Amino acid sequence: MAAISREEVAHLARLSRLAVTEEELDTFAGQLDVILQSVAQVGEVAAADIPPTSHSVPLTNVLREDVVTPCLTPEEALSGAPDVDQQRFRVPRILDEDVAS
Amino acid sequence: MSELIKLTATEIAGLVAKGETSAVEVTQAHLDRIAAVDDRVHAFLHVDTEGALAAARRVDERRAAGEELGPLAGVPVAVKDVLTTKGVPTTVGSKILEGWRPPYDSTIVQRLRDAGTVMLGKTNMDEFAMGSSTEYSAYGPTHNPWDLDRIPGGSGGGSAAALAAYEAPLSIGSDTGGSIRQPGAVTGTVGAKPTYGGTSRYGLVAFSSSLDTPGPCARTVLDAALLHQVIGGHDPRDSTSIPQPVPDVVGAAKLGATGDLTGVKLGVVTEFTGEGAEPGVLAAFRESVDALAKLGAEIVEVSCPHFRYALPAYYLIAPSECSSNLARFDGVRFGLRVGDDGNRSLEEVMSLTREAGFGAEVKRRIMIGTYALSSGYYDAYYGQAQKVRTLITRDFTAAFEQVDALISPTTPFVAFPIGARTADPYQMYLADLFTIPTNLYGGPGISVPCGLSDGLPVGLQVMAPTMADDRMYRVAAALESVVGTFTPPAL
Repeated sequence: MAAISREEVAHLARLSRLAVTEEELDTFAGQLDVILQSVAQVGEVAAADIPPTSHSVPLTNVLREDVVTPCLTPEEALSGAPDVDQQRFRVPRILDEDVAS
Repeated sequence: MSELIKLTATEIAGLVAKGETSAVEVTQAHLDRIAAVDDRVHAFLHVDTEGALAAARRVDERRAAGEELGPLAGVPVAVKDVLTTKGVPTTVGSKILEGWRPPYDSTIVQRLRDAGTVMLGKTNMDEFAMGSSTEYSAYGPTHNPWDLDRIPGGSGGGSAAALAAYEAPLSIGSDTGGSIRQPGAVTGTVGAKPTYGGTSRYGLVAFSSSLDTPGPCARTVLDAALLHQVIGGHDPRDSTSIPQPVPDVVGAAKLGATGDLTGVKLGVVTEFTGEGAEPGVLAAFRESVDALAKLGAEIVEVSCPHFRYALPAYYLIAPSECSSNLARFDGVRFGLRVGDDGNRSLEEVMSLTREAGFGAEVKRRIMIGTYALSSGYYDAYYGQAQKVRTLITRDFTAAFEQVDALISPTTPFVAFPIGARTADPYQMYLADLFTIPTNLYGGPGISVPCGLSDGLPVGLQVMAPTMADDRMYRVAAALESVVGTFTPPAL
């Protein structure tokens, strides 16, 4: 049985903000199915009472003194942006027009 | 061809310090070599000719002024295109960052500059370091100097091929599941993955943040150790950086080079010396184990029963982290933006940008990660993989109660022909079968050339406990003192 359907892959692509083509969906559906069936092997391990590891270094909050240090200028910070307006990142509209008006 | 390009980093630094050659001469010799062979090897995505010569001139001026130079001053180094370089293009092998010139240096690159090394340029890699052959670079594959029709490993195939082709004596890689060690193995060069947190991730374009580890690549173990010493150590700009000094990797490499391993106990990983590896790889590995025993090492077999689940656990954990990390590529702050015609919404522009900017493997991993993290599948996939990660860590901990270090072949197979594994993504994943456990545990691992199989290089991997990076250098240097270094056929 397939682990994942073409429709599910299309849903994942939408969640992932990838405007995939119909042709890509055909390819990815088969490939993701093979990958998911293989990685599902982790389910064979009896691990109900095992704690998860998210990180090999024990994580604690690392804080520094609240002092001003040199940093990028606005021009430097914006230097790689595709579109800039008045020292800000310009983005396409976020709200639908009927909502915005 | 200048003889300067055949020298080790140690030899170059010595000649520059004594004034027997200049950093500019050394740099020009490597730039000439790149110009002569890189159209066939394609190790570099960007060669910074002017920047390299300017850096070399500064070293020569400092020497002329009587300043004391560091142990690698004047030595050229190639940097994997995953690390930011101020004003120098950084693409991560992806179209989504084509033309991006970062406004800041990564900590690794800053330390390379401070040490007086000379950055030649940026090396080719699988897009976002996702791959095992460098075939997933958006800018075309790198070719293995041993056989130009074969892959140089990945994701850091450019950094490894540059060494094997004598385009650079040193290079920097990054290792998330084997991307330093596996290219080292298949190109006959040395690649070391430091302890996670032992080298800074500041300015390393993130793929899987709990696994990504930058590290040194070289043609000899001592050169790798010297580079490790220069780039390693605590960085306040990386919250997962370990606040301890770099283990004495240089001293350990020199000790190992004496060829004495008396009192060192090595464990051969049972699970990695069976059916999973090619016969030629196993034969070269077995001969090297005998050589290590002759140097005085005590050899035992050690079973790590959960290592067989490392590959599936990794291919859940790494894509999960990648799906989150790569959300930053949204066409707003840097890189590509596609479809912004004044009518489309932000979400549409974002989806078109990511569709155009990412290659197939990156898309697959983003979708796998999105799947594994979704509420209905989280426990069975990502959650279960994290538990397996605990069990793999326990396997390492138990093993290091019995032995000083673990050894195995670095890769299951030698360099395969370009195109042989791209049709089936899971076949590509198998290239990292033996290197992945170390990343999940967080300890150090090194690949050192140990022989040839049908004329192609085989690597031996040494795995050590967390923050005991010195141990692996000692063992690797001892093996190198017996088997020597490996030179590919002339290009």
